[in-house]
Amino acid sequence: MSEAKTEAAKAASPDISPDISIDLRGTLCPMNFVKTKLELEAMETGQVLEVVLDSGEPIQNVPKSIKEEGHKIVDVKREDDHFRIKVKKC
Amino acid sequence: MDRFIEDKTTKVKVDYEGAEHKVDFNDLKTGGFIKQRQKDLFTVRLRCPGGRMPTDKLVEVSKLAHKYSKKGVVHFSFRQSLEILYVDYREFTPLVKELEAIGMKVASCGPRVRVPTACGGCEYNPNGLTDTQGLARMVDEKFFGTPTHHKFKISFSGCPIDCARTRGMDLGFQGLVEPEWEEPTCTGCTICSEACKEDAIESDPDTGKPIFSPDKCIYCGDCIRACPTGAWRAKRYGHTIRVGGKHGRHPIDAEEVATFVPDEKIPDVIEKTVEWYMAKGIRGERIGTTLARVGVEDLKKALEPVIGEIAAPEKERT
Ligand code: SF4
Ligand code: SF4
Ligand code: SF4
Repeated sequence: MSEAKTEAAKAASPDISPDISIDLRGTLCPMNFVKTKLELEAMETGQVLEVVLDSGEPIQNVPKSIKEEGHKIVDVKREDDHFRIKVKKC
Repeated sequence: MDRFIEDKTTKVKVDYEGAEHKVDFNDLKTGGFIKQRQKDLFTVRLRCPGGRMPTDKLVEVSKLAHKYSKKGVVHFSFRQSLEILYVDYREFTPLVKELEAIGMKVASCGPRVRVPTACGGCEYNPNGLTDTQGLARMVDEKFFGTPTHHKFKISFSGCPIDCARTRGMDLGFQGLVEPEWEEPTCTGCTICSEACKEDAIESDPDTGKPIFSPDKCIYCGDCIRACPTGAWRAKRYGHTIRVGGKHGRHPIDAEEVATFVPDEKIPDVIEKTVEWYMAKGIRGERIGTTLARVGVEDLKKALEPVIGEIAAPEKERT
């Protein structure tokens, strides 16, 4: 549990600066996930990708698919009608 | 198409392998040979539990269908069977022999437990919560052909989306998962409230942490899949059990008799339900009609020794 707590603390920390950032507002499912996946594939393990996603369907689907592919979501921020998530390539 | 011209013959003499046999077309139904309106021609229904077939078998079945169907067609039935159409009854013996040689069986019709149907389930579908295909195979092996008062259809859906339409089955099993939330790992990101399509999760306006309304939850597991930190987890998996549904001219919606019933109880549930139906039902009556006559509580009581206390979700948590 203490390990989980540190993970949570890390996830909440604001100082993770992304290596790459993509804005997928307006990109529909499942293209938003495909673009995220392609971006992650081109990155090195341990690097962080920032993805901006619309709320609704994109935020319902993309994070869960990222998890299923084995990557880690280390930060999530809600901004008006969209989300800014940071993904660590695993 | 001649809509109303039918061949009404029901009995014929067949001469195969040097011996003379009398075939009653009505008897053949039990073996999965269904008389067509066209003279001498039958539909041969194959047994494909859960609608799945290995590709090597499919190749061989295709060859046989091509050889024996007078019109060179098959039909994918609504209950996931592959049916070879337009087969001449004089060729049943060689066809069945050739089917046996590739390990394919003929399905059955009539008043008995039918081949179970199932969705793809959790094996490859990300929504799936239960091993629908494995359970369909189990039912096919253990219960297929059990005599009942009328047809008895069983199906498995892997999640509350219910692709296998368990509400329209004599006995339906639909997968579900009870979510459990753990505060320490939650970062208040609010993704879970976005992910829940049932409005069962609201985000606290200050902390972003979830406020859960169990009465709205349909146990789909979307929150568990979406949560980035694993703060939502699966507490338990199980099945909602629905009994007495059917489609047809006078459709009946199944009654929910239990929920969160684990995999290992399913054989007992089937056995007990069929036992109850045979005791309380009458010949020619679907179990839905029996339920309406005798009352759902009677069946629930009969099932109690099998499923006992597990059959309810815990609604008191927040
Ligand atoms: S019922 Fe659920 S698991 Fe089964 S196919 Fe439909 S969505 Fe997938
Ligand atoms: S299991 Fe489904 S319905 Fe229940 S809270 Fe989670 S997402 Fe909502
Ligand atoms: S998705 Fe997970 S981390 Fe985010 S608010 Fe919900 S429970 Fe907390």
